[in-house]
Amino acid sequence: MTTTAIDPRSREDHDAAGERRFDELIAQDSRIEPRDWMPADYRKSLTRQISQHAHSEIIGMQPEANWITRAPSLKRKAVLMAKVQDEAGHGLYLYSAAETLGTPRDQMTEDLIAGKARYSSIFNYPVLTWADIGAIGWLVDGAAICNQVPLCRASYGPYGRAMVRICKEESFHQRQGFEILLELANGTEAQKQMAQDAVNRWYAPSLMMFGPPDEDSPNSQKSMEWNIKRFSNDELRSRFVGMMVEQIKVLGLDLPDKDVRFDEETGRWQHGPLDWNEFKEVLAGRGPCNAQRMERRREAHEDGAWVREAAAAYAEKQVLKTAQAA
Amino acid sequence: MSEANASATRITPGNALRPEDIALLETKPGDAVAQYALWLGDDALILAQRLGWWISRAPELEEDVALANIALDQIGHARSFLTYAGRAWDRTEDDLAYFRREPEFRSVHLVEQPNGDFARTIARQFVVALYQWELYSRLVDSSDPTLAAIAAKAVKEVDYHRDHSIQWILRLGQGTEESRHRMIAGLKLTWPYVEELFTDHPLVDELGDVGVRPSTLRAPFDAAVQVVLAEADLEVPQVPGSVGGGRLGRHSEHLGYILAELQVLAREYPGASW
Repeated sequence: MTTTAIDPRSREDHDAAGERRFDELIAQDSRIEPRDWMPADYRKSLTRQISQHAHSEIIGMQPEANWITRAPSLKRKAVLMAKVQDEAGHGLYLYSAAETLGTPRDQMTEDLIAGKARYSSIFNYPVLTWADIGAIGWLVDGAAICNQVPLCRASYGPYGRAMVRICKEESFHQRQGFEILLELANGTEAQKQMAQDAVNRWYAPSLMMFGPPDEDSPNSQKSMEWNIKRFSNDELRSRFVGMMVEQIKVLGLDLPDKDVRFDEETGRWQHGPLDWNEFKEVLAGRGPCNAQRMERRREAHEDGAWVREAAAAYAEKQVLKTAQAA
Repeated sequence: MSEANASATRITPGNALRPEDIALLETKPGDAVAQYALWLGDDALILAQRLGWWISRAPELEEDVALANIALDQIGHARSFLTYAGRAWDRTEDDLAYFRREPEFRSVHLVEQPNGDFARTIARQFVVALYQWELYSRLVDSSDPTLAAIAAKAVKEVDYHRDHSIQWILRLGQGTEESRHRMIAGLKLTWPYVEELFTDHPLVDELGDVGVRPSTLRAPFDAAVQVVLAEADLEVPQVPGSVGGGRLGRHSEHLGYILAELQVLAREYPGASW
């Protein structure tokens, strides 16, 4: 793979005019573009966020790909293949967006394989039944959309633009997830139970996708000042709960949370307590599937090394051939 | 506009023909035409099932996308052919895919072969894509308008599959020593199953100008293979052809496992809707 990374260092020397311009752009809620001067922390923080997001798309392919060969109808099989394919595409846009900040894709992939980079913890839970494919689409992609729609306005241009396309596709994903659950909920008693069980297992982890409560989220402040993050973790979580409360009624299933209520005073939806200890455990690598997901990614990458080398060698030979012919 | 009218306006060669449209057709194929549609549908279905495994395991993200695309095209073709075949016996695409037993399938041994490494998958893709392109290019002239319409859509897609596999044959054949060895090995493992693709069966005689006689595709297939392999500095493997038997329901040992996985959930809940 060839990547044309921009060397960021040349633009990080102190540049008073550049800094003024950056501050102005942020104040005007305008876009920062790859060639603009930007603070080193802004670059670092964005690189971390975008690459983590890319890794999440790539690791997130695995739990769903797990059901491609067993999908219960040909139409569902085709839809699921297309969905997992979209996720590979999202990974590609996001790695490309991150590359504009100066880190090559190869480096980000190496960091993921080496266990140095994070990805969304939700993908460390197992996908046990077909209904989980529905619950992931509805809850996990639903939470992702709540998180990601505001990112379409993120101050960094390539990230915001990538998110516009990603959000469009994610909303299809959420609808197909909802449709799977709706079909199951209206199916046989066993199918309905399968759907309820999946919602029970994915509800709390999807709420935790918004990150720790605001008081425990130290990175958020800076990110909001830079117009990357627009709403706090708790605010987004509350919005998501509000949406789920209505949609679960259509499904005819129950949210596994007796404490859900709308708080008139704060204007926010409240939910029951979440097990943040479990969240930290999974984040620390002790989830049911952390080792499996990493192993699969590593295996695919290592097994594919000879193919990538061959493609690079062939491309080089072609260049030589063209040069000789000229 | 009702669904039935919508389908009537769509069924023209070259227009996107959906399985849902075919299910609404008033005409039913005869038994021989339906059997022939099963041949083509089962090949596409089993190949899609094999290719689907690669999604999230490919050597590069771009290849996850490419192989998924090919698998999606194949599953689309399978759905159309099986839907059409099923019209003859009042069975749906899913009845045929999920509730037939192994000897009732009509896939060739080639598509049942394991993925192996990437080179072996590419070797299989190369053979299938070249074969399907020759086949569908002729099937567009079928006297059966539905088969012609399915082929008209499929041939455009298979043209990309051809291009994809040829590009990889060239890269792997001339890339590194390792890729070259693997490509040679992949071709050698694949080649015994080429012959079955071009074997005529009594069914073809019954079909007349509805179907395409497999043996007539051999010469153009061989010519295309020669051109690509010569450019890649590779040779056509000299290995004995396997007798096959897929069209008669005698399959490779692999198919049982493929179907076990494909059918497990649907059979666990017979009669359920998904």
